[in-house]
Amino acid sequence: MDTSEDILQQTSPDIVRGSQTARRSKAARLSPSVISWLQAGPMMLVFLAFFLIPLVFVVIVSFWDYNEYQLLPAFSGRGYTDTFEGCIAQLPDLCTIAKTYVKTLKFCVLVWAITLFIGFWVAYFLAFHIKSKTWQMGLSLLCTIPFWTSNVIRMIAWIPLLGRNGLVNSGLIKVGLINQPVEWLLFSEFSVVLALVHLFTFFMVVPIFNSMVRIDKSLIEAAYDAGATGFQTLVNVIIPLAKPGIVIGSIFVITIVMGDFITIGVMGGQQIAAAGKIIETRVNALQFPAAAANAVILLVITFMIITMMSRIVDIKKEL
Amino acid sequence: MKEGRPRSFYVLAIFFAVYVLFLYGPMIAIYVLSFQGPQGGLTFPMNGVSTFWISKLFQGTGIVDLGAAFRRSLLLGIVVMITTVVLSVAAGMAFRRKFKAQSILFYSAIASLIVPSIITSLGISLEFRIIDDLIKAHWNENFETSMGLLTSGLGAHLTWTLPFGLLIMFAIFNRFDPRLEEAARDLGATPWQAFRHVVLPIILPSVIGIGLFGFTLSWDELARSSQAIGAVNTLPLDLQGLTTTVTNPDIYALGTVISAVSFTVITLALGTIHVLNKRQAAKGSDAGKGLV
Repeated sequence: MDTSEDILQQTSPDIVRGSQTARRSKAARLSPSVISWLQAGPMMLVFLAFFLIPLVFVVIVSFWDYNEYQLLPAFSGRGYTDTFEGCIAQLPDLCTIAKTYVKTLKFCVLVWAITLFIGFWVAYFLAFHIKSKTWQMGLSLLCTIPFWTSNVIRMIAWIPLLGRNGLVNSGLIKVGLINQPVEWLLFSEFSVVLALVHLFTFFMVVPIFNSMVRIDKSLIEAAYDAGATGFQTLVNVIIPLAKPGIVIGSIFVITIVMGDFITIGVMGGQQIAAAGKIIETRVNALQFPAAAANAVILLVITFMIITMMSRIVDIKKEL
Repeated sequence: MKEGRPRSFYVLAIFFAVYVLFLYGPMIAIYVLSFQGPQGGLTFPMNGVSTFWISKLFQGTGIVDLGAAFRRSLLLGIVVMITTVVLSVAAGMAFRRKFKAQSILFYSAIASLIVPSIITSLGISLEFRIIDDLIKAHWNENFETSMGLLTSGLGAHLTWTLPFGLLIMFAIFNRFDPRLEEAARDLGATPWQAFRHVVLPIILPSVIGIGLFGFTLSWDELARSSQAIGAVNTLPLDLQGLTTTVTNPDIYALGTVISAVSFTVITLALGTIHVLNKRQAAKGSDAGKGLV
């Protein structure tokens, strides 16, 4: 801000004085903080109206009562008691909600592990093996373009490959590995995990790549010069420095899978229960307080996972 | 490069190639299958080649009222794109100075990005239901609903596109040289002139990138629309509805048409960005290179 003005001040003080008075008369009309408010205000209002207030309503409505066809704005814990029905009575067996969450967390862990593995090596390849900036841009773009296309289409796209008479089954039969088409390829937990990995590895690649390109290449050379093997460099230099990206990518992937109901719905043939799916089912049954109670539970669990992970890294510093 | 690449390069290059094949292969399969003959089924091998299923879609004899949903999605996409660009650029400018609510806005954006879509969508639908009930109780008994494409639907999409817009603005201004703007002001430019003639031309390629995110994310949005869009359906919602009853290549044809729009927008945006970058380079300006 002040460097150029300082230099001007020394050489020609009159000009600076002139421009300062001009600026002061402007400043009298709009102070910098008012300008900031005008610039950031509209976005803040959108988040207030369509994100923060709706969240508050979710919490409030989760404590309302309901009957078959409408909301009753009176305090009630029914949304929660209905949700946890049988959880204590059925012990040691798991109740429906606990089973659903166990299954959802299983999807989370599987998808997280696979996307992390793929995302890490794709980012590593782009960041360390591609030397030309143009190629780096081009290949990153190649990974990004599918993200700009429809998720549902990318799910449907598996049908001709994995279906009963799909490419995979007919290929396996032709080779002679199987006699009957394999049924579990489509509309199964397998296809759900496959589709989630297919759709969301992108969220792992981008932050890890961002962390990796910032790593000073001379650090890696120094490690080699000091006699480290490739594996030692990877574990002791690259992974620690790429950790912020790994954590941010992990937060993205885990929160997406936790709340997913579309991929699990479409790829699971609408037969697999999941945390997000319960909310959708309750809404379709017009049981809004129960839906809201489930949303609050999901929100709390998601928030706990994020807090645990962000202990490892300061998100704001990394962006 | 003459000394040869390490073996790990080739291993990872193959890994990368397989990943790209994994990304694009299935998509290409359905684009191809949507050009089958009238007897075509859902899987390979193809049963003849024709544009039967695509033209069936456009004649409106197919499964959904494609035209109406298409127009709705296009309208919403364009409104979301413009709003995202304007609000993100404005807020991005604000973040270059310190201001009071800075961290509230930042954390709202991040939270909006990672709170599961179904929760945001449910919240918006509850909010609008409660507003409707209030209007019915106090002002107008015959009131239908305030939920709709350009009210709750627009809001739901913005909670998804604005965080991306804001993060892209952060990335832009991280490598923006503020001295350029100062120089403009020292030459007597008003803040608006400095923005219009100095800042905007430099950041324009990235601003088009924000527009690209705004449109494509809205055009394909599903999770947030699901509860918040009201009585009408967007194209992705229609498509999702079809997945449970799919028996013929109709659904592939619809997928191909939706993707065609996405790819047109992506090509236009990337082409424009490329031309702008070329022009910036050709005109010999070193604008924006200060800190790179």
